[in-house]
Amino acid sequence: MAKSESELTWKDLEIGCIVTEPGSARQYETGAWRSQRPTYDFSKCIKCGICQLFCPEGCIEQNQDGHFEANLFYCKGCGICARECWTRVITMVDEEE
Amino acid sequence: MTTRVGIEVSIAIADAVKMANADVVAAYPITPQTHIVEHLAELVANGELDAEYIPVESEHSAMSACLGSSATGARTFTATAGQGLELMHEVLYVASSMRLPVVMAVANRALSSPLSVWGDHSDMMAVRDTGWIQIVVENGQQAVDNIICAFRIAEDKRVLLPVMVHLDGFYLTHVIEPITFPEQSDVDRFLPPNKYPLPLNPDKPVAMGDFGPPAIYTEAKWAQEVQLRASKDVVLECWDEFGRAFGRQYCPVEKYHSDGAKVLLLTMGCFSETAMVAVDNMRKEGKDIGLVRLRLWRPFPFEEFRQAVKDADVLIVLDRAISFGGPGGAVASELKAALYNQDKKPEVVSFVGGLGGRDITEAGFEDIINRGIEITRTGSKNEYEIYGVRE
Repeated sequence: MAKSESELTWKDLEIGCIVTEPGSARQYETGAWRSQRPTYDFSKCIKCGICQLFCPEGCIEQNQDGHFEANLFYCKGCGICARECWTRVITMVDEEE
Repeated sequence: MTTRVGIEVSIAIADAVKMANADVVAAYPITPQTHIVEHLAELVANGELDAEYIPVESEHSAMSACLGSSATGARTFTATAGQGLELMHEVLYVASSMRLPVVMAVANRALSSPLSVWGDHSDMMAVRDTGWIQIVVENGQQAVDNIICAFRIAEDKRVLLPVMVHLDGFYLTHVIEPITFPEQSDVDRFLPPNKYPLPLNPDKPVAMGDFGPPAIYTEAKWAQEVQLRASKDVVLECWDEFGRAFGRQYCPVEKYHSDGAKVLLLTMGCFSETAMVAVDNMRKEGKDIGLVRLRLWRPFPFEEFRQAVKDADVLIVLDRAISFGGPGGAVASELKAALYNQDKKPEVVSFVGGLGGRDITEAGFEDIINRGIEITRTGSKNEYEIYGVRE
């Protein structure tokens, strides 16, 4: 998409708002919806991946050290990972903090 | 060469869909539309129409299946009536917003309750804001002709919008009329193959009906509105070409002795033919009465309507649906709005009648016209009058 969605005029849209670029939902920053974000104490992490299994957004991946971490571009801050984590690695904090 | 046959109008519509060579029919039977889709099922089963017939479990599913089929670029037809049209309601918006050229015959039927299978216009008025092109016919020939036109209009790359062809349930669907069928080769020439520009295709993936955040939604709706308004030119072009090819000309606002007449009656649908006889009778008595009929309901033909009524003093409107608690019938209310800012305009008198299959006879239309003229002299404290109700 050459223009950002807030720059598109009605004439720029494809008929019926058809999206012609496959996989373009990837560009949608659902992380902008978040009011809380996950923070991590990886010293407690046993790399079990339960947080990844429960994440409804599918935005949790292993980082270079093998710890599971949310991609904040997509993470909506629901806190399910923090609730499910056996070893209390994850703490949700308000975005303003 | 054309063929003139006596045939039930519903069967004739199904034959017109066959002549248009539809690829997919997804429909659920409902009175008084049933014979249309029954006959289409027969045509497909007999191998006379090479199409996929999808028997669905509801009208909501029928329209949903039509979306999917139309999105692949298949020529798609369905038909419904009354409650069925209402059950489709949310999906109707999706068809027009996704710009899918589905064609639907609507056998206009009153809405429950009390349960009525008989005709009026409450179903079509309830869907006037769904973004479809809405064409209203008065007899079987017009129904057949406009089904063929509807495919051409809907699929035109300058339009790409769904079209409803409205015909009055029972009054038209269940009567046998003389219909002149065009030659198949002439229909083939008139109606080019459907070439939807961005169909569902695994080799060139697209996403339809996607998420529209606040930053896009207004632009999407405006694009749709501009397109529906602009479709009027294509409708007119199609009707002109149909007239040249088949000798029957259609107009968005049809006139009957209306030029120069000081008192005009406005109707929609098959009641117009009875109204014509009433107008003939009154003109024989020396009364200066004309008739105007709306053929195109959406996009609304503002220019043609204003032009047709500009010299009249009185415009008497018959609606066949009540806008409950509102300013009168939907048609009268829109006509008043269309005229409000005009310098010279007739006084609009609004009647509602012919509900749920109640007839209005020639004498009835004469009563309505006379009462309308009387109201312009005496005034009325009501927004509209209901015709024929027993006190």
